[in-house]
Parts: sequence; structure tokens; C-alpha cells
Amino acid sequence: MAKFKIKKRKKYSGSLGGDITIFLFLAIVGLFMLFPIYLSVVQSLKPREEFFLFPPRLYPIRPTTQNYTELFQVAGNMWVPFSRYLFNSVFITVVITVSQILFSSSAAYVLAKVRAPGIKILNKIIEISLLFQSTVTFVMVYLVMAKLGMINTYFAITLPFIATPLSLFFMRQFMGQIHDSMIEAAQLDGAGHLRICWQVVMPNVKPAWITLIIFAFNGAWQMTGYSFIYNEALKPIPTVMEQIKLSGLQRMGIAAAASVFIMVPPMVLFVFCQSNVIETMAQSGLKD
Amino acid sequence: MANAEKKVTDEHKSPLRPETRVEDSRFRYTLGEMKRHRSAYAMIAPYFILFLVMTAVPVIMALPMGFTNFNMVTFPEWVGFNNFYTLLMEDEVFLISIQNTLVFAVITGPLSYMMCFLLAWFINQLPGQLKTVFTFVFYAPTLAGNLYTTWQLIFSGDTYGIANSYLIDLGIINGSKQWLTDGNYIMGVVIIVQLWISLGTGFLAIRAGLQGIPGERYEAGAIEGVRNRAQELMLITIPAMGPQLLFAAVIQITTSFAAGDVSRFLTAFPTTDYRAHSIMNHAFDYGFLRFEMGYASAICFVLFLSMLLANWGIKKLLGKYLDG
Repeated sequence: MAKFKIKKRKKYSGSLGGDITIFLFLAIVGLFMLFPIYLSVVQSLKPREEFFLFPPRLYPIRPTTQNYTELFQVAGNMWVPFSRYLFNSVFITVVITVSQILFSSSAAYVLAKVRAPGIKILNKIIEISLLFQSTVTFVMVYLVMAKLGMINTYFAITLPFIATPLSLFFMRQFMGQIHDSMIEAAQLDGAGHLRICWQVVMPNVKPAWITLIIFAFNGAWQMTGYSFIYNEALKPIPTVMEQIKLSGLQRMGIAAAASVFIMVPPMVLFVFCQSNVIETMAQSGLKD
Repeated sequence: MANAEKKVTDEHKSPLRPETRVEDSRFRYTLGEMKRHRSAYAMIAPYFILFLVMTAVPVIMALPMGFTNFNMVTFPEWVGFNNFYTLLMEDEVFLISIQNTLVFAVITGPLSYMMCFLLAWFINQLPGQLKTVFTFVFYAPTLAGNLYTTWQLIFSGDTYGIANSYLIDLGIINGSKQWLTDGNYIMGVVIIVQLWISLGTGFLAIRAGLQGIPGERYEAGAIEGVRNRAQELMLITIPAMGPQLLFAAVIQITTSFAAGDVSRFLTAFPTTDYRAHSIMNHAFDYGFLRFEMGYASAICFVLFLSMLLANWGIKKLLGKYLDG
């Protein structure tokens, strides 16, 4: 059903020639975007002796999975078992993603749609704090967490990354587009703010929160948390991969395998989320 | 749910409200409004408590640091405007970094913004599954994280470098170029890598915005005489995209002003003759290599002010289209 609708929608405007031109343009730019990623995959599949062939090859001559087996051997021989790193990463990622969606969506609904005293000022504060990116703040975050006794705990690598100005601003922009009449109708039916937010507004901004899941997951998954965590047993996977990458030339292939390994989960999630958005949004039309 | 019911009864009382409103002082009225919306305050509480502790307090602590000498060991010592005086009058590298940041922001900011929108819109013209494929392709660099090792391989200075090897083969250059250390090329290379990675948050926000436009609008447009893609874009798509376009603009501007990671990880730090030294790099240099936190704070403060200015400019420029 959904697929049928998508095909139909295409025909409203635009010629076939235009379609083909657009496709070709996207394909050419797309090749440039994919090239470094392709190259990483190629590097990870090359046996060691092929790294120093001249001229450099853009494909492995005798592809091998040796680098991956070695990666897991190295990872398996670490002081802390690899499953522990994996657990840390999954735990951190899930906590950050879920609480970011819950907290920012509730707050964004209020900021976009409720006219209570003080909300305007909060809106301004969020817009300004979006601009304040600073290496200095990072040090201050450390000081604050040290005062709260959170350094070297899971709190240190989850709490600072949940209430980001970006996630709130992003959700607010989408929720602002929901028409007031829809909210007023729900209010007349006796729904409170919490219920309106989660049962009326959220289903109508599905592309927004699915995209926010991608942002949050991607950011959390790639986080190393270096200066906040020094207990090896609490570190996430990227720190291990970085350590392996730093071990120099003879581990070049393993380093490439580590890069590829780390990029797979966000990519799988992305494809899953995106195809989900496209299928559902083709038929919804509640927004006005 | 108790709140919901309470709220409805409040609403029913509202015809009586204007009279009481006149008598009450403004303060009492505000207090009443706050009480009426207490469920709303409860909803923003989790976010804003975390925001206050983890973002607002550190930022507020960082602001006065610019007026001190602070080496992260001893207590900060107040020096007034000294840091700012040195920064603007005596620090020649800072002037270079301002120039670099401006060049960098003016090229990558608008260019990446236009790329975000154009590519997202092009992708939207394609049928179903191709949309997912191309969105993935353009967002993949962000998903892949930091592939700086691979870029170093591409721009490596010897003939094993991919760029050197293939450009020599094609006869475009006749000897290997030191892409990452020759002052003439660094900026170009950094800009290319930045553009590669820049189809991130803004791009995906615009994609999500396009996905949220209901199909009926295009149907209605077709009935009312929209004939080609350009008309569809101007009359239906852009007017429905204001908030997302503003969001993407703010993000692209912010990232291009605060850029510095690419040159720091890709090339040697600092870059040859400070050719790609940005303001953020300068702050990193003083903050984390020389441990002069006071001076680094002053640098960040100047950067913040200029971003505020740029943001204000963007809103003035795009304001009438992007009412968000």
C-alpha cells in the first residue's frame, strides 16, 4: 500500500529527463562521498604485504579477512574482556538516546506550544547556547562533575550528553509546525500537556524523532569519554579501537578493520530508521 | 490525568477571568498562570535541570575566565582586559586565525548549506527505496566518524599517496605534492575534507522536513496548475520548510565558525605557517597545550561574539522566509 502511494506521488511534476539528470548528478557526488569509506573497507581487506605495493591499488588483489580475525584476537587478549567494553558502549548509547528523546521532546513541546510565563526566555537561552561551542566549557564541565563526584562513573559519560541544545532546538522547530487547532481539539477532549505531547504531537513529527534517534545514537556510539573516565572497565569500544589504531605500521590493516567495525552499528540503525520514515510518511497528512 | 481534569475545569472558569485579572496585580496573575501550567513546567524540568548543571553552569563559569590568568592549578587571578588587549593588539597568530576562520566560514558555510538543501531536495525527487540509498550515501561520512587515517592515506606526501599517484599518472602534476604540509595546499585540503563531512545534522534535518510534507499538498498543487519542479519547489516545498531551513542554517554556520578538528587531526598541529590555523585551533593551542586557560577563554569569548553576530545576520537575511 505504502509503496504504491510513493510511486504515484512522483508523477505530479517533473520530466523523466529531469529525473535522470538528478540521478546522475547525485551518483557522481555520491561517489566522492563514498570514496574514503570504500577505501577504508579496501584497506581492511588487504593482506599486510599489499600495503606497500607501488602504485597504490584501490582494490585488494588477494582479499583476506585476516585483519578482522587479528582485530578480535587483539581485542580478546585485553586486560578487560571485550564483552565488557561492548556492554559499556551499548549501555551508554541506549541511556543517552532514550533519555535524549524523552527529555528533549517533552521540553520541546512546551517550548513550542505552551504559552506559560518564562517559556519565551527559555527559548532565547536555547538559541544562544547553540552557538556556544568552546574547548573551555569542556574544562568547566570537568570541574562541575568533579565537584559532584561523578568523574570515573557512568554518569560522567552519559549526563553531559543528554540535555543538548541541539536536540531541543531541533524538536522545537518541528513541533512549531503542528497547527494549534489540533492541540486545542485535544485540550477540549480533556487531554493534559503530557498526553498531548506523546499521543497527539509525537506521532505527527515522526521524521523528526527518528532523525533525532540517529543523531543521538551516532554521537553516543562514537564517544570516547577520555578525560572523564580512567577506569578501563568503564570505557566504551571506541577507546579500545583508538588504542589499537595507535599501535603503528604493522597494525595498519587491523586499524582499518577497527574503523570499519565501529561504523557498522550506526549504519545499520540508520538504514532501518530511514526506510521506516519513508514508508510511514507517504500516507500521513494530518499536519496543516 | 488529575492535572488534565483540573485544567479543563480551569478553562471553564475562564469567562470570569477578565474581571479578576484587572483587580489582580500583574504578579498575582503570572503566579496564577504558572500554577495553571504546572504540568508544563514538570515536563521541561528533567531537561532543564540537566541543561543547567551540565551546560549552563559550565558556560557561565567559562565567561569570566577570559578576564583572568588561569593555569588550571592555582586559583584564577583577575587581570581585567589584559587578555583581550594582548589578543587583539599583540597576538599576530590570532589575527591570522581570524582571517583563516573567516575565509573558511565564508567558503564552507554557505557552500555546505546549499549542498545540504540541494542534495536533500534532489533526493526527495527520487522514488522510494532510492531515497534511502542516497540519504545513506550522503550521510555516511558522518556515520563513519573520523576517517582521518584514510584521508591521510589519500593526501599522503609521498608517491604512495592516492592523490599524488593518480594525479601524476594523469599528467596533471609532475611530482609528488606535500598536500598536508605545503602551506599552499593545506587550506584547500582542509576545505575539501570539511565539505565531505559537512552533510551531517543540517542535511538530515532538511531531509526529515521534506519527508514531513504531506503528499496531498503536491496533489493540490498539481491540480492548481504547478507545472514543473521549480514551481513546486518555490510554491510548496520551501514555504513548508521554514523551521528546518533555519535550523540547518544555524548548524552549518556554527560548525564552519567553530571548525578546527579537521586540520588538527588531518595535518600536523599547528599547520605550516599557520596556514589553516582557525580560532578554535588557537584556543586549543593555548588551553590544552600551554595550559593558559584564561587566555583560551578570551579567545572563545571573541569567537562566541562573532558567531552571535553571524547568527543575527542570518536571521535578518533569511528572516522573512524562515519564520521559526
